[in-house]
Amino acid sequence: MAEISEVRRELALDCFLLAGKVMMESGAETYRVEDTMIRMAVSQNMMDSHCFVTPAGIMFSPSNDLPTRFVRIHGRRTDLERVARVNAVSRRLVAGQLTLQQAYEEMTEIEKNHYLFPLWLQVLAAAVASACFLILMGGGWADIPFAFVIGGIGFYIVEMVLVKTRVKFFAEFIGAVAIGTLAVLVVNSGFGNDPDTIIIGSVMPLVPGLLITNAVRDMMAGHFVSGLSMGAEAFLTAFAIGAGIAIVLSF
Amino acid sequence: MNWPLEAFLSFLAAGAFGIIFNIPRKTLISCGLVGMSGWLFYRSYFLMFDDPIQATFAGAFIVAIVAHILAKIFKMPMIIFSVAGIIPLVPGSRAYNAMRNIVENDYMEAVDFAVQALMISGAIAMGLVFAEVLMQLYFKYQARRTQKKMGFTQE
Repeated sequence: MAEISEVRRELALDCFLLAGKVMMESGAETYRVEDTMIRMAVSQNMMDSHCFVTPAGIMFSPSNDLPTRFVRIHGRRTDLERVARVNAVSRRLVAGQLTLQQAYEEMTEIEKNHYLFPLWLQVLAAAVASACFLILMGGGWADIPFAFVIGGIGFYIVEMVLVKTRVKFFAEFIGAVAIGTLAVLVVNSGFGNDPDTIIIGSVMPLVPGLLITNAVRDMMAGHFVSGLSMGAEAFLTAFAIGAGIAIVLSF
Repeated sequence: MNWPLEAFLSFLAAGAFGIIFNIPRKTLISCGLVGMSGWLFYRSYFLMFDDPIQATFAGAFIVAIVAHILAKIFKMPMIIFSVAGIIPLVPGSRAYNAMRNIVENDYMEAVDFAVQALMISGAIAMGLVFAEVLMQLYFKYQARRTQKKMGFTQE
């Protein structure tokens, strides 16, 4: 391994850390990030590298006599398209279809871009999901337009408050309060039939599904730090939603 | 139970969640199929044996198995397919009822619902774990077989 030049080694390290950072920021599981980084390192002849990934930062040590590097992960936002893209680049690097330089350029390209669906489409998707869940959870057909509108509004409010305040639990709390208020208003004014199913359906888009799956898979793979912190985040999110609904119901 | 209607609704819901989680565009349809298979399995098990916890376990198990297979086909992370399929199994209505009963000061009823919600969440986790272990065993077995085959052809 001594024949790897200094510049190339720096580039390799940058490339691995960038890949890990993008994946972690976009909502990948911890163990997948570690696995990807180690595979890439092995493909670049760094055999005894170690890496430790938490939701807040990544440490990567290429070998015993090289310095360890660290990156901090700030905001996280679910964007599974980026995870898939980084995964594809790392697969091609490991298979030898890309040189290190090409892989690094593609990674920076992915890091700069966001592949999010436009907000109106996400709101529409949340509205459709709410309406579907209303029926699946045993609601009546007459309530469908209310679940559709309220689910969309709730999701939009959460996104807006999140942009303004950057506090996730507060945004979810406000969204849940809005959903509860609107549902109770609709039923009290005589249009809707059952406030319970309308609320359950409209709240569904806010459920922390990604966090639950990630927490379970990380705990299983032995990453207890990340698993527990993701589980705690999922629990807090559920608690914020529940508290928001409870406040409305208690009046 | 109206099978085609529920199939269509769960397909639509899982696809919509795919858009919320921003999965790659070409996987949207297969993501909806994962959600549909999980929900239909959950519902039919529930109607047959009337046990929400076992039914959720079965649903989560199916979701994870199908997601693993699709991940192999598409060569993408398994999480892309499993996330949207898990959402319909989340015990939303039980958690809601627990919260509602707490607000109405009916704590015994609330604990009942809360424990059910907790057990169902555990069942989702166990379903994911079982499917994962099973698939890993299968892939290991398959890898060993192909290795053996290659060994024979080389000789």
